[in-house]
Amino acid sequence: MGVGIEVVNLNAWYAANHTLQDINLNIPANHATALIGPSGCGKSTFVRCLNRMHETNPIARVTGTVRIGDLDIYKDAKPVEIRRRVGMVFQRPNPFPTMSIYDNVAAGLKLNGYRNRRLLDEIVEQSLKDSALWDEVKDDLKKKSGASLSGGQQQRLCIARALAVDPEVLLMDEPASALDPVSTSKIEDLIFELKSQYTIVIVTHNMQQAARVAEKTGFFLNGRMVEFDSTHKIFTNPSDKRTEDYITGRFG
Amino acid sequence: MPEISNSQAPVQPEPSPPDGQQPAGAAAAEGSAIRQFLLLRGNSAIADRGFHWLMVLCALSIFGIVALIATELVVRSHLAWSQFGLGFFFKAFIDPYSKLPMYWDPVNGHFSALPFVYGTLVSSFLALLLAVPLAIGLAVFLTEMCPRMLRAPLAFVTELLAAIPSVIYGLWAVFVLVPLLREHVNPWLIKLLGWTGLFNDDNPTGLGFVSAGVILAIMILPIISSLTREVMNAVPGSQREAVLALGATRWEMIRMGVLRNARIGIVGAVILGLGRALGETMAVTMVIGNTPQIQRSLLASGSSMASVIANEYAEASGDLHLSALTEIGLALFIVTIIVNALARLLVWAVTRGAPAQVH
Repeated sequence: MGVGIEVVNLNAWYAANHTLQDINLNIPANHATALIGPSGCGKSTFVRCLNRMHETNPIARVTGTVRIGDLDIYKDAKPVEIRRRVGMVFQRPNPFPTMSIYDNVAAGLKLNGYRNRRLLDEIVEQSLKDSALWDEVKDDLKKKSGASLSGGQQQRLCIARALAVDPEVLLMDEPASALDPVSTSKIEDLIFELKSQYTIVIVTHNMQQAARVAEKTGFFLNGRMVEFDSTHKIFTNPSDKRTEDYITGRFG
Repeated sequence: MPEISNSQAPVQPEPSPPDGQQPAGAAAAEGSAIRQFLLLRGNSAIADRGFHWLMVLCALSIFGIVALIATELVVRSHLAWSQFGLGFFFKAFIDPYSKLPMYWDPVNGHFSALPFVYGTLVSSFLALLLAVPLAIGLAVFLTEMCPRMLRAPLAFVTELLAAIPSVIYGLWAVFVLVPLLREHVNPWLIKLLGWTGLFNDDNPTGLGFVSAGVILAIMILPIISSLTREVMNAVPGSQREAVLALGATRWEMIRMGVLRNARIGIVGAVILGLGRALGETMAVTMVIGNTPQIQRSLLASGSSMASVIANEYAEASGDLHLSALTEIGLALFIVTIIVNALARLLVWAVTRGAPAQVH
């Protein structure tokens, strides 16, 4: 089961560039939450703060509080521990090209020393089923490399890889922006399926996508969160003029 | 040659306005001196073609030089080849009096390259054994861990090591390295590993395979390290992020996200280092001891393919001796070309992104 995320006064910088300013919000457990906004508005930086990936860049800095479940991730835990509990799927599919499909999915578990072969087999199968890839790859799990799949399959493989460690939260940074429409709709169906088990935060450029998959939507602009509400409200009756301008296509 | 027909193509359709159009052209260009000037410039077709051929010649001369070296080596080694055949690289002669194997006896006209092949292989592999872990460690530190401020200076110093002339390495080895090994390291090796039979006490000079291997290791360190760095830098950042996002520590990220993806290129870098070690002459000649013998002990003195040529070519005692030395040179030439070609191919495979088609 997923857990909720509470963000209080989050600020983030790249060198002197103040990319996130005073972000406050509560992301509900076991729902999909979409973050929309024009390029460079800080939405990607925001999700990267939720698993402390932001700070892997040496010029980056973060202040504020992020609570995932009961865990204050900037105070009570090391980045490594948090990233085991918070899965992430990136904009471009990045499977490990030198590993088989099986090893790609099992990578997170093997990394942490999980060696039970029978359980590994089960988890790999379950994760690939959960990511709707199993039927396409079950015959050459160990024969084909992760790089031999199509772009859409690679992205679902990356989702399976993230799911295999049974995370509480799944972060998706524009997971479909590099994919064709058919693959995109498969990913969206998947998000719809997965949100009953995981808390999903999805960054997207595509407003229809947010409307299709998410219960809650946040609108980011220039490093600030302008509005956060139910997706229905954001798209039909936003309270802020800037949100309205953005969703009606006046800018962005 | 397709390039030539390409370069001619744009020349032909171009109309040649200059002389015939004088009245009309002059009227049109009257207002602009620049137009008139450009009109009289012509199309430089001849100069352009000349330049093209000059560059083709420069490129071809490389092949010409390689071909010339190869022919010369083949022709001059013919005598030894016809006398000893392929056995030149494998067989020993049995000394009629001592009944011991003899390899290289210019006085009696007995020549076998076996001890030199052995010496080259042993010293080169010793060098790899020492240099590879160090070079990869250095590359990992420089690409993944080093503070930005230190990165450039450290990389620069590493590259500088490659620019030092090999005779300087040889001198340093003779005056510093060999005494150090002889006094402080070899006794330890004999005491700890003497039981293997690989470290025996019967060479008091300190000149031998171990000394040659250590100095070679230092000399090939920069090339292995800088190429390893290059292939590690070619691994896309998204691979590092993918591993980090799974909860990997820094070392796990380097192992799974970087080294694993770069491994083919690292093998290439190592093979390139091997190519250097095989052909290295001066420093090895100064410390290997130069005795044409095969001994199990790594502390024993020996000789390598390159060092015997350097030592004996100038004062070779006859046609057969010269020819035998040239044949060793030919073998070295062929082996280093193959090794280097293989290594370059492997490095290209990674830096050109062949296995990582994902990105």
